[in-house]
Amino acid sequence: MNLFDLLLGTPILAGLVLAVTRDAWRATWINSGASMVSLVAATGLAVRVLDRGSILAHDGAFFIDAYNVFLVALTAFVAFTTTIFSGPYMRHELETGRVTPQRLRLYHAMYQFFIFAMFLGLTTNNLGILWVSLELATLATVLLVSLYRTQDAIAAAWKYFIICGVGIALALFGTVLIFSTSSEILGHENAALTWTILHEYSKDLSPRMMIVAFAFLMVGYGTKVGLVPMHTWLPDAHGEGPTPVSAVLSGLLLNVALYALVRCKILVDGATQSGYAGYMIMGFGLLSLLVAALALHQQQDIKRMFSFSSIEHMGLMTFAFGLATPLANFAGLLHMTVHSLVKSGIFFTVGHAAQSMGTQQISRIRGLIRSQPAVGWGLVIGTLAIAGFPPFAVFTSEFLLMTATLQSYPWIVLLLLLGLAIAFAALLRKIQPMVFDEPPDYAQRIHANMLPLYVHLGLALLLGFAIPGFLADWYDSAAALLATTRGG
Amino acid sequence: MSAALLQQMVSVAAALLLLTSFALLAQRRMRALLHWFSAQGIILALATAMVADEANMPELYFSAAMTLLLKGIFLPWLTWRIVVRLGVHREVEQLVNISATALIGAALVLYAVHVTLPIIHFSHLVTRNAIAIAMASLFLVMLMMITRRQAVAQVVAFLSIENALFFTATAATYGMPLVVELGVAFDVLIAGLIFGLFFYHIRSSFESLDLHDMEHH
Repeated sequence: MNLFDLLLGTPILAGLVLAVTRDAWRATWINSGASMVSLVAATGLAVRVLDRGSILAHDGAFFIDAYNVFLVALTAFVAFTTTIFSGPYMRHELETGRVTPQRLRLYHAMYQFFIFAMFLGLTTNNLGILWVSLELATLATVLLVSLYRTQDAIAAAWKYFIICGVGIALALFGTVLIFSTSSEILGHENAALTWTILHEYSKDLSPRMMIVAFAFLMVGYGTKVGLVPMHTWLPDAHGEGPTPVSAVLSGLLLNVALYALVRCKILVDGATQSGYAGYMIMGFGLLSLLVAALALHQQQDIKRMFSFSSIEHMGLMTFAFGLATPLANFAGLLHMTVHSLVKSGIFFTVGHAAQSMGTQQISRIRGLIRSQPAVGWGLVIGTLAIAGFPPFAVFTSEFLLMTATLQSYPWIVLLLLLGLAIAFAALLRKIQPMVFDEPPDYAQRIHANMLPLYVHLGLALLLGFAIPGFLADWYDSAAALLATTRGG
Repeated sequence: MSAALLQQMVSVAAALLLLTSFALLAQRRMRALLHWFSAQGIILALATAMVADEANMPELYFSAAMTLLLKGIFLPWLTWRIVVRLGVHREVEQLVNISATALIGAALVLYAVHVTLPIIHFSHLVTRNAIAIAMASLFLVMLMMITRRQAVAQVVAFLSIENALFFTATAATYGMPLVVELGVAFDVLIAGLIFGLFFYHIRSSFESLDLHDMEHH
């Protein structure tokens, strides 16, 4: 059995097994074990791609190159550490009666199906299947968002379902339009939706059709990325679901959606031979950054606040991929990596903080450092890291992005800095009383598992000090793959 | 069947599809809404079968059969069963400004024709005229999504969006490759089942399927 089949097969199998596993303790271990197997498979694939270049699997139906293998590895890693966090966290939720054993079973099964959908989307070579897998990921997570069955959770899940469903339907429309021009050249076959083949023939695709198609793809996949103004579902969905789900939604699914958008953009660039798609992406990215930074100030719920921070960072990455110079792509990829690590780590900490205080209301979370120092300091350091404080790698990637922007559009740097400064101020202002005040009398000590957070922050720190040579080569080759030539 | 006749038949099917979209937009009664939705699925299946015959693509027969079973019969039936079990099948939705909504709908149809003109110009397929109508249907059901405040109506709109997309694929490209169609159909099926589940959840948490309660609880 090869590594590739192992990567896709494990989560499916684990999901089916978990659907019938009644014992909560055993289920959490199966969940972690399966994610570990996926991680091993992903690492193996990454090493192979690094060694020998792109892989085509199953007659070209699946395709792994420098760009997606790094996302596969990242997804597998964060998915694994999240299961480590999720074990004790969800058992606590079971003990306090927020979930029933039956719903916990649903949670574990859907978690694995969700991971499968992301792997499928990242590795498929077919634009149609890419769409199918993103929709599948939405469907798997809708039931996770509504897991607590409170009024808020159900309203959030409904909003998520409807807005993302409609959004992603538009992306399917865009895909159909691409197929309508590509099938005239490549015939009415799978080949006409196969990314590697389309990439080769992208010059021959009708530019006019591709532009119309891209408008739909942009709005469609942009909805899933959480770009403003299609972002309204995101804070609700990420805020109301169980914390491990918030961590993987913010840390992973947004990346996969952005990945899909960038894959489509490369084809459109090839067809139009202009920066048209890039400008559109940059605009959405910049708008998301600014609006989310302002919205951060008004948040009253800690998970919603960090969801808005995710929108802000996705805006930044989207902008980087729109700029699409090799340096900007490098910055975007690095930012994707560290944002996933740091943001999921923050959600782990936030989960513990909320369990300890019994609420997600920012105004009722106070004095974490006194009541539970590990959680309090974890939150402080995580927030500093995500706000772009050196030496964490978020600073490095933001700095690189500024440099790249300065080379192409110097005046935009001002807007970027403004957005980052506003977000920075909001995060510090909100975090300070939560960690430094006197702890309230309802604060309880809970069993907190801080290891995943330390690992994530440690990696972000390591990347901030020095990017290892192999990783830099990896980003370089991926960045070159995504780079587009302007003008012409 | 001659090409000219086929072209006319596909145009008729497209027109009927547009009609059902308008009907969905203005329909307040749950039962009639589901009837129109089912009719839309059946028309879609027939149109697909006709194109399959003309383009000589056996795959498309399969898609047509799938559409008929899934969207013409199963999903409307399932929704109706759930609605009856929840006891909300007699609910009549309050709709304000039906005439204004219909007028906006008409404007959207014109806009769809305007957007698709350059695309249609490049297409060589016999079904090319239907692209504009397919896009118009898409816009109409999205309008329905915005104007409706009732969970069942929103779901019907959601599923009709899939219908409009499916029709676009048939009209613009003689359908997507089979593996993609299968994937999409699978997603639609799962979405339908999850929607069913949601009706129960919404009903038990909010005591009605009116989404107004959900937004202002």
